[in-house]
Amino acid sequence: MSILTHDEAQSLMKKVLAYSKADECEVNLNGVDRGNIRYARNAVSTSGRVSQSTLVVQSAFGKKMGVATINEFDDASLEKVVRRAEELAQLAPENPEYMPVLGPQQYADPVTYIPSTAAITPRLRSDLVAQSIQVAKDNKVVAAGFLEDNTRYAAMMNSKGLFAYNTSTNIDFSITVRTEDGKGSGYATRGYNDVTKLDTKAVTKIATDKAVLSATARAIEPGKYTVILEPTAAAVLVERIFFGLDARQADEGRSFLSLPGGKTRLGEKLVDERINIYSDPLNSELPTSTWNGDGRPQEKINWIEKGVVKNFTYSRYWAEKKGVKAIPGPDGAIMEGGTKTLEELIQGTKKGILVTRLYYIRDVDPQSLLLTGLTRDGTFYIENGKIQYPVKNFRFNESPVIMLNNLEELGKPERTVSDESNANYLLPPMKIRDFTFTSLSDAV
Amino acid sequence: MKRRDFIYLSGMGAAATLLPGLPVMGHPIHPERALEAIDPIWKKQMSDVALNAARSKGATYTDVRIGRYLQQFVVTREDKVQNIVNTESFGMGIRVIANGGWGFAATDKLDKDNIAKTAELAVAIAKENSRLLTEPVRLAPQKGYGEVSWKAPIEKNAFAVPIKEKVDLLLNVNSAAMKGGADYVNSILFMVNEQKYFASTDGTYVDQDIHRIWPIFSITKVDKASGKFETRNALSAPMGMGYEYLDARPQDKIQGVTTLYKGRYDMLEDARLAGQQVGEKLKAKSVEPGKYDLILDPSHLWLTIHESVGHPTELDRVLGYEANYAGTSFLTLDKWESKKFNFGSNLVNIVADKTQTGSLGAVGYDDEGVKCGQWDIIKDGILVNYQVIRDQAHILGLNASQGCCYADNWSSVQFQRMSNISLQPGKDGKTVEDLIKNVEKGIYIIGDGSFSIDQQRYNFQFGGQLFYEIKNGKIVNMLNDVAYQSNSQEFWNSCAGISDARDYRLGGSFFDGKGQPGQVSAVSHGCSTSRFNGVNVINTSRKIG
Repeated sequence: MSILTHDEAQSLMKKVLAYSKADECEVNLNGVDRGNIRYARNAVSTSGRVSQSTLVVQSAFGKKMGVATINEFDDASLEKVVRRAEELAQLAPENPEYMPVLGPQQYADPVTYIPSTAAITPRLRSDLVAQSIQVAKDNKVVAAGFLEDNTRYAAMMNSKGLFAYNTSTNIDFSITVRTEDGKGSGYATRGYNDVTKLDTKAVTKIATDKAVLSATARAIEPGKYTVILEPTAAAVLVERIFFGLDARQADEGRSFLSLPGGKTRLGEKLVDERINIYSDPLNSELPTSTWNGDGRPQEKINWIEKGVVKNFTYSRYWAEKKGVKAIPGPDGAIMEGGTKTLEELIQGTKKGILVTRLYYIRDVDPQSLLLTGLTRDGTFYIENGKIQYPVKNFRFNESPVIMLNNLEELGKPERTVSDESNANYLLPPMKIRDFTFTSLSDAV
Repeated sequence: MKRRDFIYLSGMGAAATLLPGLPVMGHPIHPERALEAIDPIWKKQMSDVALNAARSKGATYTDVRIGRYLQQFVVTREDKVQNIVNTESFGMGIRVIANGGWGFAATDKLDKDNIAKTAELAVAIAKENSRLLTEPVRLAPQKGYGEVSWKAPIEKNAFAVPIKEKVDLLLNVNSAAMKGGADYVNSILFMVNEQKYFASTDGTYVDQDIHRIWPIFSITKVDKASGKFETRNALSAPMGMGYEYLDARPQDKIQGVTTLYKGRYDMLEDARLAGQQVGEKLKAKSVEPGKYDLILDPSHLWLTIHESVGHPTELDRVLGYEANYAGTSFLTLDKWESKKFNFGSNLVNIVADKTQTGSLGAVGYDDEGVKCGQWDIIKDGILVNYQVIRDQAHILGLNASQGCCYADNWSSVQFQRMSNISLQPGKDGKTVEDLIKNVEKGIYIIGDGSFSIDQQRYNFQFGGQLFYEIKNGKIVNMLNDVAYQSNSQEFWNSCAGISDARDYRLGGSFFDGKGQPGQVSAVSHGCSTSRFNGVNVINTSRKIG
C-alpha cells in the first residue's frame, strides 16, 4: 500500500522542511493504489495494478524557484531532494509571477474516502466484471468495458505553517455493448466514490437495451433539431464552459468570455436564466477535495447564477494583480435542474432527437466556443412524446453557450462521467432547440 | 488522451490552451541527472529476478520492461519564463501469461524482493482473470535476440544543451512574433528521452535509447474594438531527433505563401511570419461554404492520414478491443479479405514504417521484443494489410508480429499502437505549383487545426492554420472560418494529385491517445502536398450573445 496516514504524512513532511535552507519551501506528498480490468469481446483483455508515491519539494530564493522530486523516503533521500530543489532554484531565472507560499488555511473535512472502495480485492474487481459479461452473454450481445478503482492520499506542508491532508477513493465503470451483427451499439458509464453503489449488471443492461434499440438506424437529413441530451452527452459540451472560466484569458481578450473594448462577461448574462452552475466539495453525491494543489481552500462557489456569470477562476498571481479573491478552479461541477425524468422529457416532446452520447469533441472556434463532434451509441427520433426509431449518427457543430441559450427544459440531475476529461459531474438531462447537426455518419 | 492521472505543469497559464492537458508523466529532476545512464548489466539482473519469480509461480510467458522516461519542458510567454521542468519516471512493468490470460503489475521500487512480489502479483492477477477468458492468448512465435541494443541516430542530445540557450531561443521567438504584430505569445520546447530495457522469456534483452523534440508556439492577436481574436500556431513538426532539429539550414526551407520546413526548423522565422499572418487572419474573407478542390500541405495532411488511415487500420480496433473507448473501424476483415476494397484512388499508396529516420515511431525493437520493419497498408488504392502485435498475428494468418506494441510508461501495459503511417510521394514529378495551377475553385490549407472523426473512422472534420483561396489556378487571397467535412473512403478516392518526393515531409504528434487506462504514443506521418477534388467546406463562424 502506498497510502500514508495523516500522522505519517505530517511527520515525514516536517522532517523534509527541517532540511530546508531556502527562503521558502513547500512540500507536496501523494500516493495512489490503482487497479483495473479491461475487457472486450465478452472476455478480459488486460488488467493490472500499480502503486506509486511521490514527494515534491519546491524551494524558492526570492522569485527564483526550483522543484525536485523523489520516491524514496529515507533520511538521506529526503535531504538530497531538498538540496536538489535548492540548487535548481539558484539556477532558475527570476519569475516575476512567482507568488510567496500561503500561510495556514482552514479547510473543511473532506468526505471523499470510502473504506469499502479502498478495500477492493482482485476477486471483487473480477466479480464485478463477470456480472457485466454475463448480462451481455445472456442477451447475445458483445460487451467491451473498463473498470478502474483508485485509492489516493495527498498532503502538503510549507515553511509558513500550512498543512493539508486528504484521502479519496473512486471507481469508474464504462461499458459499450454492440449487437453481434454490428448494427446496434449502446453505452453507459458511472462514477462513484463508493464501490457499493456500483451495479455493473444494471449499467450493462442499460447499454444492452440501447444497443438493441439502436440497431438498423434510419438516415434523416442533418439540420437544426430539438434534442434531448442525456447527462453523459451534455457533460462533454457543458464542461467546456467550466474549463474556460479563467479570468486572465478573458481579461486578455482571448476567450468566449471576453467582450469588445477589453471588457469581460463577468456579471453579464451568458445563458438562459434557468441555468445555475456551482461547485461544492462537500456535496454528498459528488464530494471533491477541500483544498487545491497550491493550498487554497476549495469552497462552495456559484459560477453561473440565473444565467449570469458570477465568478471566474484565478491564479494567485492574476488575482493579486486584479485585487480580487483568488478563487481556484473546481474539481467537479454541479448544474441544477428540474424534477422530470428523462422519460418525462421525452413524453413532452413533439418532435426531436434523443442523444445518449457525444464523441470526439474538439474546439472549432474559441471565440464562440464552437465545438464539433458526433453522436454515438444510440441516437433516436422522437415524435409525439415517444421514441419512434433509431437514427444514424450525426456530426454536430454547436457552442454550449448558444445551446444553453436555446434551452427548452431541464430534467433531474444525476452523477455522470465525462468521456473526454474523465471528470465527474452532477448534471440534468436537457432539452435544447435548434441544435446544429451538419452531416451524417455511417458509424455504429 | 486520458488526463486525470497525470501531474499537470503548474504555472502554464494560457499555454495550457496551446497543448490542452499537457501531461508530465514523471517526477521533476535536476537537468544533469538526465545525462546519467543506467548500467544495462544491472537492468539484466533485475529483469532476471522478475522473469524467474513469474516462472516459479506458473507463468508460461513473461516480459519485463525497465523504463526511464525523461522529459524537459521550457515554457514561456511574451518576455517571461513561466516554467522549466525536468522530470524522470523510473520503474518496472511486468507482464505475464498464466492460465492462458494476461496479467500485469508495475512498481517503482526496484529491489529484488519487491520485484519478485510484483511479478507474483502479475501472475495472481492473470490467474484471477483467466476464468473470464473465452480462449487462451495465442502469441506469434518470436525468436530470442540475446543481448542487443538500439540508439536513435541523433546529432545533439537536447538534454545536454544548456537551459539558458533554450530560454534565449524561446524569448527571441516571442519577441519576433510580437514585433511582427502579435499581442500574446506562448512558446514551449518539449524534449523527451526514453531509455527502455526489455527482457522476455524468449531470451531477448534489448537496451534502447530514444529521443524526441517538439518546439511549438501559439500566437494571438486581439482586435480590441471588435473583440475579435485570432491565433496562429507553429508549423513545426515533432521529430525523433535531437536538438539539431532547431539548427535551421537554407536547404530545408520550402518557399511559398509562407516558409515551410523539411527536416530542420527555423523557429524564429516561423514566429516572425506568424506575427504578420495572425493580423491578416483577423481581416481575412470568411469562406463561402460549398464544394472545393483542396490542396493540402504536409503540415496539415499528416493529421488527416493519422485519423482516417492510421486508426482504422489498427487491428485491435477492427476486432473490437477498443470498442469502449477509441472505437472500432470501418475497415472490417471482409474488406481486407476481398483484396479489392477500394480505399482510395490508384495514386494512394500508404506504408507503415517503424524504422523511418527522424520519425517519432522509429525504434529497433517494439515493446514485446519484435524487430521493427515496414510494410504496405494501402497499395494502389487497395487495402492490403493492418497493424498487428504478437497476440493478433494468427488472426491474419501471419506467423510473426509486425512490431506495433508500445507502452507509454513502465507503469502502463503495452498494447497495439500505431506505427508511422505515411502516404508515398507522387511518381509523376509534380510540384506544388503544378497541383495548384489546374485548380479552378480551391483552398490551399497549411498547418493542423481542429480535428474530429467518428468511432469507426467514416466521417471527419478538419480545420487548419492558414487558408488561401485558389481561383483559376492562382492563389488570390487568405480565407478564414474554414473546415472541411468528408468520409474517409470518399476523401481518399478524391485524391487527384500528389507532389513528388522533393516535397515529402513528416508531421506527427506526441499525444496519440488510446486505451483504458489512457496512454499516449508519439507517431509520425509523412506525405507530399496532395490534391483532393470536390470536398465539402463549411463556414465555422458563429456569434454568441
